[in-house]
Amino acid sequence: MKLKTLLLGAIAGTALAPAAFAERGSDGHVNIIYWQAPSILNPYLSSGTKDIESASLVVEPLGRYDQDGALVAYLAEEIPTVENGGVSADLKSITWKLKSGLKWSDGSAVTSADVKFTADYCMNPEGGCAQLAKFEGVESVEIIDDLTVTVTFGEAKPNPYGPFMGGQSPIIQMAQFENCTGAKAPECTEANFGPIGTGPFVVTDFRPNDVISMVANENYRDAAKPAFASLTFKGGGDATASGRAVLETGEYDYAWNLQLAPDVLAKMAEGGKGTAVSAFGTLVERIEMNMTDPSPSLEEGVRATAAAPHPALSDINVRKAMSMAIDRDLLVEIGYGQAGRPTCNLVPAPLAYASDNTDCLTQDIAGANALLDEAGWAKGSDGVRAKDGVRLSMVYQTSTNAVRQDFQALIKQWWEEIGVETELRNINASVFFGGDPGSPDTFQRFYADVEMYANNFDGTDPESYLAQHTCDKAPKPESQWQGENINRYCDPAYDELVAELGRTGELSKRGEIAKKLNDMLTKESYVVVPLVDRGRVSAHANSLGGVILNTWDSELWNAADWYRIK
Amino acid sequence: MTDLSNQTPLAPPRSQWRNVWDQLKKHKGALLGGGFLVFITLAVLLGPYVWTLDPQKIDYRARDFRPIYHALFDADAKTAWANPLGTDQLGRDGLANILAGGRTSMAVGWAAMLLTLFIGTMIGVVAGFFKKLDGPLMRLTDLFLSLPILPLLLVAVTLFREPLRGNFGPEGGMFILIVAIIGITSWMPTARIVRGDVLALKEREFVLAARSIGTKPGAMIWRHLLPNVISPIMVSATLGLAAAIITESALSFLGVGFPSDFPTWGKMLADAVQRMEEFPERVMLPGIAISLTVLSVNYLGDGLRDALDPRIRGR
Repeated sequence: MKLKTLLLGAIAGTALAPAAFAERGSDGHVNIIYWQAPSILNPYLSSGTKDIESASLVVEPLGRYDQDGALVAYLAEEIPTVENGGVSADLKSITWKLKSGLKWSDGSAVTSADVKFTADYCMNPEGGCAQLAKFEGVESVEIIDDLTVTVTFGEAKPNPYGPFMGGQSPIIQMAQFENCTGAKAPECTEANFGPIGTGPFVVTDFRPNDVISMVANENYRDAAKPAFASLTFKGGGDATASGRAVLETGEYDYAWNLQLAPDVLAKMAEGGKGTAVSAFGTLVERIEMNMTDPSPSLEEGVRATAAAPHPALSDINVRKAMSMAIDRDLLVEIGYGQAGRPTCNLVPAPLAYASDNTDCLTQDIAGANALLDEAGWAKGSDGVRAKDGVRLSMVYQTSTNAVRQDFQALIKQWWEEIGVETELRNINASVFFGGDPGSPDTFQRFYADVEMYANNFDGTDPESYLAQHTCDKAPKPESQWQGENINRYCDPAYDELVAELGRTGELSKRGEIAKKLNDMLTKESYVVVPLVDRGRVSAHANSLGGVILNTWDSELWNAADWYRIK
Repeated sequence: MTDLSNQTPLAPPRSQWRNVWDQLKKHKGALLGGGFLVFITLAVLLGPYVWTLDPQKIDYRARDFRPIYHALFDADAKTAWANPLGTDQLGRDGLANILAGGRTSMAVGWAAMLLTLFIGTMIGVVAGFFKKLDGPLMRLTDLFLSLPILPLLLVAVTLFREPLRGNFGPEGGMFILIVAIIGITSWMPTARIVRGDVLALKEREFVLAARSIGTKPGAMIWRHLLPNVISPIMVSATLGLAAAIITESALSFLGVGFPSDFPTWGKMLADAVQRMEEFPERVMLPGIAISLTVLSVNYLGDGLRDALDPRIRGR
């Protein structure tokens, strides 16, 4: 009899499960593991990703970036733009309107005073705010009414979404932090360890550098969410261990940032408990072509500067042929697997700024050979092409890293097939990226013909990133070899277009200009040869639903939508 | 009259080296070690002419092949007789790489060892023989002992890579640089041992006798001192060879050193660490090659020390 009741109960339970799906706290407990442990839950006092992401479960900004880098309103009614009047025509101010009826987890109302307080808290001249860059150029934050604030900038700001946008700039409660401003900010341990927020969860216990316990927020704005009644956020360990905990043993439901080789990850996934997911940001592994002559026979001061153009790489046909000879699919397969995809773009994302340029994706050795033949680079008896006494012989440098050395070996083989002699060089990463003006081996100094590394940009707007390639930013002896225009590309038309981008506020127009700039560097000139768009890999348990990996904002941005698959 | 015929030696005179060889023969470890050293030296010298695959040739369709012996216990393993020791993640042949890598490692080892011996012996003898120079030279030795090799190498690479590369090519330049760095950072033990022995020998009667008949310092060192310190020099030579091979491997392992597509045993090890669980042979094969070479050199040195010492010899 008892067994029968139990069985019936179980059957009833399964039948009822889908109905219970839309109820707050119906899915029990969820475990998250980050291999770096959070030490504070106030993002204004720490720039660590682990702190910002764990805090994003509790405190929320006015708007977030979604998985495509598009803006989504969170606490705000809608995202202000020039079109809907939220951003003034002169791009100097932005007006945010809060959703009505929002409540803090302690039950009090969220008002524009909290928003203004947040800005004052971070911009307090006595305190060191970790997210001050978000508030750069802010002149004042004014309260218009209970739900409206206007942020005014000192000068026109085409991208006004710094303050209150994204996981780094959430709204904190004025009542809680009122007495914690300026120099006193780090002293308010209780507030910093358990901020009152508007997010889906509320902190019950915080142990710095170890574990956070949370329960569902009773006052969350969506009555049906979050699906989980409680949450444990565990920090520490390493990527391998947290990968195993989700993929192999199933102890945890979500693991963050698994920087592991594709075959290692695949081996773990054989455990069958979880799934590795990847998402792509803006990190692009690329080859830069030196437009200046790095030959050691030149004297210092002339070597690798605009005064000495590169004898071979100044010819666009050589650069184009070298790009055509590369099989990007194979590079991805060997080096990154799921965490990479071939790309021809310097700005691979967000969608609004990514060019549709795909012409480099197919390897074409025969075409590259034909192109060089046509351009007058004839193969000599040793198989190396030459023209007017200039041999196509390249020094190809990068930092010391197993994947990069594999790439070097492969690319060297392809280049030799098109008659380009290649000498490989790898430099210790701390020297290569160290930026020491006295060292000849830095990537800025670029004493090589081609070099390979990866770079990305913060946030979703590529303006400053694309502006790196203007003529005046080339590293040179006078600037102590500092500068971001690594390949010394210089085109007045490009500089002009960058200036135009700085004057343009309309999003679609900005996208167009950014795409054009990207194309000028890649498929129109081949000074930057993008190889792989490198992504972020995280893992979630097979029973955890609703996970959408986001590289533009906190990975836990939509934790309110997570649920248990039954 | 004495019968002169009785005075003839019963056996032909034996040379000193013959005695050394007889003693060495008794040391099984030294014999085995010497044999292996000859074998591996011949293999890396002549091997590439027999096994003519290019070690740098990438064939990514044939990547991740296992060594042929895997077929014994795993019939499904990817193996091919064309690559008896398997291929790496880019399809480069394992055997060709071991042979080519051994060439570099052995060449660096021998060259650095000779350089170490030369510097060490010279400084040791001079410091032991000329009293005035003893203090300064030994303080210099202390100074060099305190030099950390890795930061020194990083600085040297930064300063000298370009000129050396310009004059001797990327591989030749790096070879000279590495040999020089290992040479100037590892001569100190040899110098100290030689100095100690020279100090003791200097007080012996035959040196006094030689001096009393007017032997000049140069001749004294050359004729009387050096032959008597040959045994510790030989021993430190063998140890130096082993140390140089290991240092080169460590440098390659850390990624400072030869261009990344230029195989050495140390670099093969470094490249294989990431996939150690899946393809243990890629770590084991160069690792075993390094260990066996170093071990055989050490045994040979041990045997030579016994054989060269006339007091031990014959016991």
